[in-house]
Amino acid sequence: MSGFLPSDEHRAIEEAVQRICAKYDDAYWAETDETGRFPEAFVADMAEGGWLGTAMPEEFGGAGLGLVEAAIVMRTVTQSGAGFSGASAIHLNIFGAKPIEKFGTDAQKHAWLPGVISGSDKMCFAVTEPDAGLETSAITTRATRTQDGWSITGRKIWTTSAQRADKIMMLARTTPREEVARPTDGLSLFFCDFDRSAIDAKPIPKMGRKAVECNMLFIEDLKVPADALIGEEGKGFKYILSGLNPERVLFAVEAVGLGRAALMKAAQYAKDRVVFGRPIGMNQGVQHPLARAWCELEAAELLAMKAAALFDAGLDCGAEANAAKYLGAEFGFKACEAAVLAHGGMGYAKEYHVERLFRESMIARIAPVSREMILNFVAERVLGLPKSY
Amino acid sequence: MKLLVPVKRVIDYNVKVRVKPDQTGVDLANVKMSMNPFCEIAVEEAVRLREKGAASEIVVVSIGPAQAQETIRTALAMGADRGILIQTDQDVEPLGVAKLLKAVVEAEAPGAVVMGKQAIDGDNNATGQMLAALLGWPQATFASAITITGDSAEVTREVDGGLQTLKVALPAVITADLRLNEPRFASLPNIMKAKKKPIDMKTPADFGVDVAPRLTVLKVTEPPKREGGAKVADAAELVGKLKEAGVI
Ligand SMILES: Cc1cc2nc3c(=O)[nH]c(=O)nc-3n(C[C@H](O)[C@H](O)[C@H](O)COP(=O)(O)OP(=O)(O)OC[C@H]3O[C@@H](n4cnc5c(N)ncnc54)[C@H](O)[C@@H]3O)c2cc1C
Repeated sequence: MSGFLPSDEHRAIEEAVQRICAKYDDAYWAETDETGRFPEAFVADMAEGGWLGTAMPEEFGGAGLGLVEAAIVMRTVTQSGAGFSGASAIHLNIFGAKPIEKFGTDAQKHAWLPGVISGSDKMCFAVTEPDAGLETSAITTRATRTQDGWSITGRKIWTTSAQRADKIMMLARTTPREEVARPTDGLSLFFCDFDRSAIDAKPIPKMGRKAVECNMLFIEDLKVPADALIGEEGKGFKYILSGLNPERVLFAVEAVGLGRAALMKAAQYAKDRVVFGRPIGMNQGVQHPLARAWCELEAAELLAMKAAALFDAGLDCGAEANAAKYLGAEFGFKACEAAVLAHGGMGYAKEYHVERLFRESMIARIAPVSREMILNFVAERVLGLPKSY
Repeated sequence: MKLLVPVKRVIDYNVKVRVKPDQTGVDLANVKMSMNPFCEIAVEEAVRLREKGAASEIVVVSIGPAQAQETIRTALAMGADRGILIQTDQDVEPLGVAKLLKAVVEAEAPGAVVMGKQAIDGDNNATGQMLAALLGWPQATFASAITITGDSAEVTREVDGGLQTLKVALPAVITADLRLNEPRFASLPNIMKAKKKPIDMKTPADFGVDVAPRLTVLKVTEPPKREGGAKVADAAELVGKLKEAGVI
């Protein structure tokens, strides 16, 4: 299976991305984290190299490759030390526009995809709402028909990159919940300009990844044209679901790369730091957590690449993608924790960078779906236990 | 004009090289390999010359194991047009490489050979010069700038004490120094295009060249470990120590 053994092409992709990332060192990412300045130069380099379009069709400026290759790109980014500050800055360009590619009309694809793929358009993705949480069907943002299109009103939360975005993909209710057969019916997916006269985006002060903001959105009578609707009215939930598995895979490998970045720093520190007359890394008490982290990250990556290979082959990968995201997030976090501890007091100092990676490692445990919901899914869909939520 | 650019697969410049325990050479097992950085500069220069209209086709050639195809693909992704791999698992010495390149030059008839000044594994700095001698072509080594006008090339060379500018008649062998250019990163569309570019597979026997080694390596050892320095309290102690060591 193509996900397991790296081909020449996969090595070439990894090496080319490594080269770009090598320009952006720890000091660069520490500064973006300190100031909240978006990593413009890094994103421009990735866009220029054509990497944003890795998994998008050639017809619109992409490379027409699969999830396996996109996963290699994103893992390489976080593993370089860029962490989620680097990955989240381009994550949405890589796969975010997939619903347009799969369900949009030809006119929509031609109008929207080239901009996202080249990086000239910056999109954000607004699903989560303050009063709905993980229960997506409970969202209350409402889109109502006008004479020539739609008017959207509501609130969103956590919308990443809304400060910079010029496009927004948004899920909104078009038929009230009481009037549909299933609660997941009656939701529709829109893609339109980020009109700041109708959307107020307020950044949320948060734990890490300061360079890539998250926001509260207050949407008041946002007027969008009729052709902002992707696919059919009322089918938005289904469209979003189709993109969830690849996104899980990308989060999984991003978390694995992040964990590796921390682990490599810890291994180096454990070789260099001398206490009690010998390197701390000579003690098994220091070695074992790091060695264990290595094993765990390898396993998580393998499962993620299996899921990616299944996805690229057009096969079902729901269980694997969810499990990989769970393992990647948990083991990425554990690796970062082990790295901070191996550094002792210096692990808590910004100068050694592992605390930054540690803070970022929490992201993959929470978003885009929590650990608990993944376990709910595996229990129900794989083990056949009664649905619990 | 056609340009021929030889490229070599070597241990990546970032890797800390380890000597084999039996001192017969360097340990290559599980070590990251990449294109020799000076070869990369040569490829970049060839691509720039073509972009300026001074060259029309770029052929890259590598002599090495099957995996050297990857090195050729890297050059193709940077912009070269096609590749030739002369496959051998032997570590071919500079003279053997020069003889093979001469045979390739005779088959391809390029207007110039642009190549790295040396490979960072053996640091021989010999192949370019030997190739020029075997072909009877002019050579301009250690280039930091190349301009091609008509049937000659103006080459700025980095020499001790400054820069020297030569004019050589073409065809010629030009070897690239570090400051000639900064190689581009391969972009994804170009990596994709490179997959479709042809690589001709050859062997040394196809060219009738005997690449048997002429040199015997007696042993390879690690450089001596650097000793830690010592701190002195003041100038007087420093002078004392230097006198003790017999250096002043
Ligand atoms: C950095 C970051 C970036 C984000 N970017 C975006 C974005 O760009 N666009 C977007 O739409 N969203 C984004 N999100 C939102 C993210 O997807 C949600 O935070 C996530 O889905 C969890 O939803 P919630 O916060 O509402 O948690 P809640 O639904 O409130 O859940 C809270 C806790 O309760 C647990 N829980 C709830 N129900 C159950 C149950 N039945 N069984 C067991 N446990 C349960 C959950 O697992 C969780 O631990 C982002 C979040 C973060 C942190």
